[in-house]
Amino acid sequence: MAEAQNIPVGSTTAGSIAVAAESTVATRMSAPPSFDVADFPVPHGREEEWRFTPLERLRGLHDGTAVATGSGLKVEVEAPEGVTVETVGRDDARLGKAGTPVDRIAAQAYSSFEKASVVTVPKEKVLETPIRIAVHGEGGVAFGHQVIELGAFAEAVVVIDHTGDAVLAANVDYILGDGAKLTVVSIQDWDEKSVHVAQHNALVGRDASFKSVVVTFGGDLVRLHPRVQYAGTGGEAELFGLYFTDKGQHQEHRLLVDHNTPHCKSNVAYKGALQGDDAHAVWIGDVLIEAKAEGTDTYEMNRNLVLTDGARVDSVPNLEIETGEIVGAGHASATGRFDDEQLFYLMARGIQEHDARRLVVRGFFAELVQQIGVDDIEERLIAKIEEELEAAVG
Amino acid sequence: MATLEIRDLHVTVEADNSTKEILKGVDLTVKQGETHAIMGPNGSGKSTLAYSLAGHPKYTITSGTVTLDGEDVLEMSVDERARAGLFLAMQYPVEVPGVSVSNFLRTSATAIRGEAPKLRTWVKEVKEAMERLSIDPSFAERNVNEGFSGGEKKRHEILQLELLKPKVAILDETDSGLDVDALRVVSEGVNRVRETGEVGTLLITHYTRILRYIKPDYVHVFSAGRIVESGGAELADKLENEGYEAYTKGGASA
Repeated sequence: MAEAQNIPVGSTTAGSIAVAAESTVATRMSAPPSFDVADFPVPHGREEEWRFTPLERLRGLHDGTAVATGSGLKVEVEAPEGVTVETVGRDDARLGKAGTPVDRIAAQAYSSFEKASVVTVPKEKVLETPIRIAVHGEGGVAFGHQVIELGAFAEAVVVIDHTGDAVLAANVDYILGDGAKLTVVSIQDWDEKSVHVAQHNALVGRDASFKSVVVTFGGDLVRLHPRVQYAGTGGEAELFGLYFTDKGQHQEHRLLVDHNTPHCKSNVAYKGALQGDDAHAVWIGDVLIEAKAEGTDTYEMNRNLVLTDGARVDSVPNLEIETGEIVGAGHASATGRFDDEQLFYLMARGIQEHDARRLVVRGFFAELVQQIGVDDIEERLIAKIEEELEAAVG
Repeated sequence: MATLEIRDLHVTVEADNSTKEILKGVDLTVKQGETHAIMGPNGSGKSTLAYSLAGHPKYTITSGTVTLDGEDVLEMSVDERARAGLFLAMQYPVEVPGVSVSNFLRTSATAIRGEAPKLRTWVKEVKEAMERLSIDPSFAERNVNEGFSGGEKKRHEILQLELLKPKVAILDETDSGLDVDALRVVSEGVNRVRETGEVGTLLITHYTRILRYIKPDYVHVFSAGRIVESGGAELADKLENEGYEAYTKGGASA
C-alpha cells in the first residue's frame, strides 16, 4: 500500500495502538465529562483536545463571551407521518441520555440552550422517506440541543442540513432502541463566515445499526465530535465522513467509538480533500475497546488528498485495546498529494487539466458518496465537489 | 507518413538557484515505422530529451524546434501533444490515488480518440491487451500505479502504448529494473506495436540488453546533451564491447 507516502509539507500523520489498563482516551481530556460548563477550564490552546483548533476563530464559544442572540437560527423539521416532532424545555428527561459533553463548548451548549427539539420514531415504524431537518443561520449566535430517538425495530433516515451564516454550538443525541436502524446524514454547507461546534452522541441499542455520514464543505471553522457507545450486544456503528477543506477553512472531526459492550462492530471511514493556502483539516479517530468488550470488531481509516500547496492535515488514529479477546481491530491513515507529477502523467495521456483533477477527486470520494443511500443528497454532493473544483481551477 | 523532427534543441533546467543547460543542440528525425535507439551514459540528457518532447514543465526550451508532421509541438500543452500522437512511456510512472486503471485507460482513450470507445468492444480490447502482457485482470480495479512492482508499472505503460496507438512513442528506459522475463514480455509488447508499421519509436536506454529483443533501425550515441554518433544496429554491438568511455572522455574535453 501507499500508506503515508508523498506526505506534503505541513502535514502530519501519526498513529498509536495502546494496550493499557487505564484509558488514555479519557485521561487525555483536560476535564471529565460534565453537563456543566463551569466544570471545564477555559482552554488556552495547548490542551490535547484543543491544540489543533484556532481558538481565536471560535467567536467566543470557548470562553463564555459568545451570547445567544435569541433569533438568527431557523430550524425546520419535515417528517413523514407517524413521527413525533416536539420542542421541549431543559427539564425534559430525554435530553442528555445518549452522552455527556466532553469539552467546554459542548458543555457550554448544554448549559445555554433554552429549547430542545425531540424527534421520535415509534417502535417498529419503518419510514419510507427521510426526516429532513433544515438548520439555517441568519447571522446569530445559537446554542442547540437535538434528540432523535428510534423505538425498538424502527428504521429511519435523517438528513440534517446546515446552511447560512451562524455561530452555533450544539449537542445532538441519537438514541437507538433494540434492533433499530438509523442513518443520519449531517451536511455542513455553511456560508464562509460560520462557526459550528457540535458533539454527536449515539447510543446504539442491542442489535441496532447506526450509520452516520458527516459531510463538511462550508464554514470558517467546523469542529465536530461524533461519538458512539453501545447499550447492548450486537450493535453496529458505521461512521463515514467527507470533507472538502478550502483556503483558510478549519475543519476538524474528532471521533470516538467506545466499545463498552461485548460483540459490537464499528467501521470508521473519513476522507478529505484540501486546497488553497491555510486550508486545515484535522481528523482524530479514537477507538477504545474496553476490557469487557470481548468479540469487538473495529476498523478505522482516514485518507486525505492534498490538491495544492499551503494546505495542512493533521490525522491521528488512536486505538486502545484493553482485551485481547476480539475479532479484529485496525486503523489506517494516509495523506497523499495530488501533485504536478500526477497532473503531468494524466495530461501526457491526453487528458485535459480540469478533467484530470476531476477524475482524481471524484474517484477519491466515490466509495463514500455511494454509502449515503439518499439519491438527492448523493447528487448534491457530486455537484458540490464539482463546484469546489471549478472554483479552484478557475 | 508521420514524422517527428527535432532541430537544434536546447533545453535548460533550474537547479540550486542556477540555470543549467542539459540539451545542447539535438537533431533527430523519427519517421513512422522506424525505430531509433538513443543510448548514452547516465546524466547525458537522454531522459531530459524524452520529458522535453512530452512537455514536462520542469524543462525550458531555450532554442530549436520540434514538429510532428509540420505542426509545432513546442506550442502545444502536454495533453495536446498526447492527442497529436506523442506518447511517453515513463521511467518512473507516478501513483494516482483514487483512479482505477480501468477508469484511467478509458478516460485517456476517450481523450486521444476524440470519442468514448464503444463499451463492449473496449472491454474486449483491454482484456486482450492485458492478456498479451500477462497482466492479471484484477489490475483493472487497482489504482493507477499504486502498489505496483517495477515490472507491473512498465507493463502498464506498454499496455497504454498498445491501446493508445500513438504516431511516435518515446520509451524512456522502459528496460530499467526489469528481470529477463519481464523484459521479454515488455519487448514483445513494443514489437507488436512496431509491427503495425504505424508508429515511430524512440527507444531510450542505458543498456544494450533490450536491443536483443527490440531491433533498432538506427542507434544514436548521446553524450553531454547531444547526439555524438549515429549508425545502424552494429553501433550497439560496438557499445556492448567498448562501453561509453570513448564518448564520455570526448565529451569532457570538448
